[in-house]
Amino acid sequence: MKILTAPHMERCIGCHSCSLACARLVHKKLSWESAGIRIRSAGGLSTGFYAVRCLGCADPFCVAACPTGALIRRRGGGVLLREKKCIQCGDCVQACPVEGIVQDRDGRIYVCLQCGQCVDYCPHDCLEMREARSVEPGEVIA
Amino acid sequence: MNRDHFRVLVVDLDTGQSQVEQFDGRDQAIGGSGLAALLFEKYGRKDRPWSHADQPFILAIGPLTGAFPLMSKTVAAFKSPYHDQYTESHAGGRLALALRFAGYDGLVVTGCAPGLSILELGSRHIRIRDAGYLRGMDAYATGKLLRRIHPGGSGHRSILRIGPAGECGLAMACINVDTYRHFGRLGGGTVLGNKNIKGIIIQGDSGFSLPEGSDYQKLFATVYEQVTATNMMQKYHNLGTAANLQVLDDLKALPWRNLQQTSDPETITGVNGETFADKTLLRNGACSGCPVGCIHIGYVREKFHQDNRYFYRQVAYDYEPIFACGTMLGLGNPFEVLGIMDEMEKMGLDAMSGGVALAWATEALEQGLVSVRETGVELRFGDAAGYRQAARMLGTGANDFYTLLGQGTLRAAEAYGGRDFACVLGQEMAGYATGELFFAAQSLGFRHSHLDTGGYSYDQKHAEKDVDRAVQFLLDDEPGRVLLTSMVACLFARSIYTEEMLARCLDVLGYETLAGNLPELGEQIRCHRWRLRFATGFRPEDVTIPKRFYRVQTWKGPVDPAYLDQLRTRYIEALRARVEPD
Repeated sequence: MKILTAPHMERCIGCHSCSLACARLVHKKLSWESAGIRIRSAGGLSTGFYAVRCLGCADPFCVAACPTGALIRRRGGGVLLREKKCIQCGDCVQACPVEGIVQDRDGRIYVCLQCGQCVDYCPHDCLEMREARSVEPGEVIA
Repeated sequence: MNRDHFRVLVVDLDTGQSQVEQFDGRDQAIGGSGLAALLFEKYGRKDRPWSHADQPFILAIGPLTGAFPLMSKTVAAFKSPYHDQYTESHAGGRLALALRFAGYDGLVVTGCAPGLSILELGSRHIRIRDAGYLRGMDAYATGKLLRRIHPGGSGHRSILRIGPAGECGLAMACINVDTYRHFGRLGGGTVLGNKNIKGIIIQGDSGFSLPEGSDYQKLFATVYEQVTATNMMQKYHNLGTAANLQVLDDLKALPWRNLQQTSDPETITGVNGETFADKTLLRNGACSGCPVGCIHIGYVREKFHQDNRYFYRQVAYDYEPIFACGTMLGLGNPFEVLGIMDEMEKMGLDAMSGGVALAWATEALEQGLVSVRETGVELRFGDAAGYRQAARMLGTGANDFYTLLGQGTLRAAEAYGGRDFACVLGQEMAGYATGELFFAAQSLGFRHSHLDTGGYSYDQKHAEKDVDRAVQFLLDDEPGRVLLTSMVACLFARSIYTEEMLARCLDVLGYETLAGNLPELGEQIRCHRWRLRFATGFRPEDVTIPKRFYRVQTWKGPVDPAYLDQLRTRYIEALRARVEPD
């Protein structure tokens, strides 16, 4: 099972195509916010961009925080959201240390499904689907 | 997201109150240029000067904004401080999508804030805040502070701001949009300055449902593939518009040294697109929703202390600013060109107008029409240091000379002389000395932009002097461009967004009526825009062409004065015919 990684964000041009693709293809929305990946700039466009997303934790804080079991671990890393069980309390949003989960004004939760559809819409190949595994000694990840 | 009406936020700075208004007319006005005209018709004061507090500042996006790639521009419309007539300016950046996701098709700002202020809005907030502490602040510093003032929403907000030029009322003051894009031409910065608005922050914090079924998704994928997987956009992606510098110099169509020359084969290699890319290009950027990434960001690096202390700044470059702040000033070093553009940016000056104005000032100084007492610094073609100082003086209206020059080069020429060599075609010229049709078209263009029509392109392909055919080309070309600016598409995408493709995009989003009437709507909106222009005082006969343009060499040889005059006469007749009843 692969998870979404963003190893080349220094190439990002801030087009938001990945984020818009997630909203469009996964959530049937036209939005910057209602997406599992969101592009931010750190101090304006001069300092480049970073991707806010689920990092595919093996032991996710959000799962532990979910009071109804709506979030469950995904095999290979990350989480799966069972919307029918979600009471939209937002505890998962608070629990995620990297803002990987967002909640819209209607209370709906958005988290990366690790589906990789955004990858095809990055014109600079900033994103990749990779096998989730523990970091080996001497290995450096972006 | 498919609405049969326009949803527009109207902000009254006099009262501090705002209204969300619904406007009918989607099926006639489309959006963008058409919506802006519709809104000016309602809120504009045609018979009052641009500086009247009631005059609106208008932003408008289109029905495809955010839904398809390269639908990434916003139209700003206002009565221009440059000529006191209705006009438009267009900018990219994040603004279009921010406005879309804030939930509005348009924004109208009327009245005048009691003190220097910033306007903040999103889908669930509108605030007008005092910002007197920003007075006199340059556009870069203002952007940094506005990001701190309005925390949160990084990446999903658009920040418009003006620099000193807009605060001190110069007709060539621009509005900086998200650091690297601009509402450049015709004085939008001073329109905001006159309203006491230093900045506008728009947060795109909402979203819309998309049509059911897969048709939209499939069409999006088709368009996206054309944009990214074919070579249709390669020019803009690779060297960017700076690629034109070498091309136009080779064609004898690149203005040099205040248009005294149209080619300089030795110097151009120092400032052509390849050199900018090889030596100065740091990285690329994109407007939101556009995978092309045509924004080319170079750098200037300066040693400010002998102990190897340096700083650097990032400066976005394009063809037009390189022409105006480079070749027009006789410069052959890309870093020097970026240094002057950097000063223009900080001041909030339109780089094209500013560069062309300084080129005129250089020649006026050479001829003794003005002295260093006026210019404050020696201006010599090829001397970048002087131009950097002059750009700062121009942007701050440092003395009577620069204050007047900042109102337009012809205004200064009227006072000091030198009208013959003022490179003004309605406004300071764009960088296309391609020939008679471009000179005629730009002088009478709606935005005085080279993109109002394809006259620059026609010149490069047609050596013959057929007035009827050339004018017909302009007339046939404009409505298609107006359609695109009503969507509001980036005009670089005009090869992708053919009329047929636009109709498919509209249809798949549920705008069937719009999709079925595009040619007629393009013509209607063209005429509406021109009617507003004429109603606000436009007299095309008053727009004259300085003698310098009659002495230009192009690849076709010397400009033919008689042909140029005939083109203008016929085009004026054609424009009048479109706004006056039979």
